[in-house]
Amino acid sequence: MKLSDKAEEILEALWIAVEEEGKGFAEIDQLGIPAGDPAYQELASRTLIEVKEGRVYFRPEGREEGRRTIRRHRLAERLLMDVLNVRGEAGDDKACQFEHLLNEGVDAKVCTMLNHPTTCPHGKHIPPGDCCEEARRSGDLGVVPLTELKSGEEGEIAYIQTEDSKKMQKLMAMGVLPGNRIVLSQTFPSYIFRVGFSEFAIDSAMAREIFVRK
Amino acid sequence: MGLFKKKSSCHSNAGVVTGAVKKVALVGNPNVGKSVLFNALTGAYVTVSNYPGTSVEVARGSAAINGTTCEIIDTPGMYSLLPITEEERVAREILLKESPDVVLHVLDARNLERMLVMTLQLIDAQLPVVLVVNIMDEAERMGLSIDLPLLQEKLGIPVIGAATAKKRGLDEIRKAIAVYSRRKHAVFAYSKRLEADIDSVSQLINGDYALSKKSVALLLLQRDEEVSALVAEREGEGFAAIAGKVREKTFERRESFHLDLSMERKGVVKGLLAGVFSLPDKRVVTFSERLSRWAVRPLTGIPLLLLVLYYGLYKFVGDFGAGTLVDFLEGTLFEQYFNPWVTGLVKGIIPWIPIQELFVGEYGVLTLGLRYAVGIILPIVATFFLFFSILEDSGYFPRLALLVDRVFKKIGLTGRAVIPIVLGFGCDTMATMVTRTLETVRERVLATLLLALAIPCSAQLGVILALLSKAPGALLVWGVCLILIFLLIGFLAARLMPGETPMFYMELPPMRLPQLSNVLTKTYTRMQWYFMEILPLFILASVLLWIGKLTHFFEMAVEWLSPVMGMMGLPKDVAVAFIFGFFRRDYGAAGLYDLQTKGILDGRQLTVAAVTLTLFIPCVAQFLVMKRERGLKVALAIGVFVSTLAFGSGYLLNQFLLVTKLV
Repeated sequence: MKLSDKAEEILEALWIAVEEEGKGFAEIDQLGIPAGDPAYQELASRTLIEVKEGRVYFRPEGREEGRRTIRRHRLAERLLMDVLNVRGEAGDDKACQFEHLLNEGVDAKVCTMLNHPTTCPHGKHIPPGDCCEEARRSGDLGVVPLTELKSGEEGEIAYIQTEDSKKMQKLMAMGVLPGNRIVLSQTFPSYIFRVGFSEFAIDSAMAREIFVRK
Repeated sequence: MGLFKKKSSCHSNAGVVTGAVKKVALVGNPNVGKSVLFNALTGAYVTVSNYPGTSVEVARGSAAINGTTCEIIDTPGMYSLLPITEEERVAREILLKESPDVVLHVLDARNLERMLVMTLQLIDAQLPVVLVVNIMDEAERMGLSIDLPLLQEKLGIPVIGAATAKKRGLDEIRKAIAVYSRRKHAVFAYSKRLEADIDSVSQLINGDYALSKKSVALLLLQRDEEVSALVAEREGEGFAAIAGKVREKTFERRESFHLDLSMERKGVVKGLLAGVFSLPDKRVVTFSERLSRWAVRPLTGIPLLLLVLYYGLYKFVGDFGAGTLVDFLEGTLFEQYFNPWVTGLVKGIIPWIPIQELFVGEYGVLTLGLRYAVGIILPIVATFFLFFSILEDSGYFPRLALLVDRVFKKIGLTGRAVIPIVLGFGCDTMATMVTRTLETVRERVLATLLLALAIPCSAQLGVILALLSKAPGALLVWGVCLILIFLLIGFLAARLMPGETPMFYMELPPMRLPQLSNVLTKTYTRMQWYFMEILPLFILASVLLWIGKLTHFFEMAVEWLSPVMGMMGLPKDVAVAFIFGFFRRDYGAAGLYDLQTKGILDGRQLTVAAVTLTLFIPCVAQFLVMKRERGLKVALAIGVFVSTLAFGSGYLLNQFLLVTKLV
């Protein structure tokens, strides 16, 4: 069963207090959610937290759940800022709503797409997930711009990131579409790559906009 | 429609009613062999003309297929039914406005997967499509196998395998055109959601269009402005509801409509090709691919470029065209035979000396105008256009473009601009027109300026090379000066002009051996255009010079210019070359050639004159094209700037040479 939004927020605040600020517990008044809220009951009944005398403590399962929740929150921040270009207060706000959607494996997909970031836009640490561990073990560079490939290397086109929709259409008409194999054959003076049996030349500015999964 | 009248009159079969002509349009990506197929189908009756209001060339020809006269239209290359470039817009316009009876979609067998996407669009549009899977020979050589009967069954339209360059499949194509009869064909279904969105728009459309309602709805959803304008016109009051629906749907799917559509089409193509297309286990590397590697690696590409320039431009155009051919045509044919003969003839018929002068005098229409045009300019331009067409057909230009892209970025252009710049060495006027293919206005203005300033056209180049080749030092100084000015002015102009340099992207078509017939046709049409444009100007120039001489205006102009000439250390007779240069750039260079043969100029003066004249104001024709393409203000500004810079550079160069005694 998915936790309620409020319960997730309590876990996050508690996790920050315990893991990042070194406290043993958090005062209910500091969590921003009033003591009578059913969210506390929800968390307690699932043996994630303990509430004693106005203080909230983690239970072992709760600590792990808190870690995953904060990870989702910070990934949401990255996603909003890096990909959707929503910044500032609006970004923080949206991230709070967005994070609740990133469960059941969606967080791993977002994390992979963002290429396993380690910090949020505010510079705080993002706790690594299983996908990050696995990527590190296999030496997988994940999704990188075409500029990061060496000549002779190949990969699969992950996505194209451009603000110019005409250019996007042109690229798509030329066969530069997510899912297609791309072989880079030269990087200087221009990038030359092959999709299927066609060859294309682009400059480095454009190569930065094509993202490839190795 | 004048076209049809002309067509039936040049055909022996007088019984053909103009209305019975079957229209066949060839469409497809660039570089899939459309033009080769066009030439193979049409034979001799071909007209190449700019599509109204554009600089895009469209070739039309007629062919008798099974006794029916067919008009064949070779449309410009297009990637998708949704146009981005001017070429694509013209190609679609032909499909929309001329409603062809058969649309031959030509594609490259090797890139079937990518190019079938457009076939889907044509099928969606209920156009009378026949698919020609071309370049089968190359595909077979690479080990690809394609089950064409199965593909035909799956697509529900006629599919023909061909290798038009090898004349394979031509009979089948002719037969398919002859027996084709228009009918509705099954279309492929997209996802439920997309189909529902399309339906919601297409239900509101009532008018009749050359494309199916589904296709029109799809284009509206892709926010195609031209189709939107067309629908607005046809639907009248009903358009408000359509526009509202389209707005609603495009807003709903604003995140990724284009991408979703492309992905869906890709999915359909994948399904179509299952069991049809199979790849070899190992990729075969052909010779043309190896050649292509050499052309694009700087280490081998630059020497290759120098080789191409040396043999193509210097040896073939310079030595052979401007040397051997000019010597023969101008020196032998005109000076020894034609001029004395025509002078005698005219003097025999016309007793009045001023009128004699008009035709056969020093600036006579026949002895000067025709001699320059046919004796000097024709051989140079012909060899240049031949050289250019060979390079163009071999697929070398896109490779050159990527090689120079980095350098061109410094002067505010992208590698794409290399084509107009190289063409400028043939004819700056034509090249100025071609700058339209560049993406941004800023790029077009920069290219126009550089063409007007530092790119000598072939005629001028040929004459100057011939002039200076006797003094290697002078040639070197001239070359270095031009390259420096080209880069310096480009660099400064790119800094001063606001705006950003667009990104560079280009398809690299496979390199191949140019086909002689294609090269000759291209060269011929370019020559034809050139002569239609220049011959009247040459004659006009001769007449004006004749009037100038009669009224002594000419001597006055030489006097006016003599201080400027003096400033540059040149004898005042050189002013003649500059006055000629107003009419034609090459005319000016030819004037200089005349002076040099008279032995008036020393090495330094020759170098200064050659540099100044190369930089000097573009010819009348180029100026007119500049005005048409860029507007009067920009054209005038460029004209004034270029003239000032030319004389300024001449002055500085003269001082520099006086001090250093280099030449």
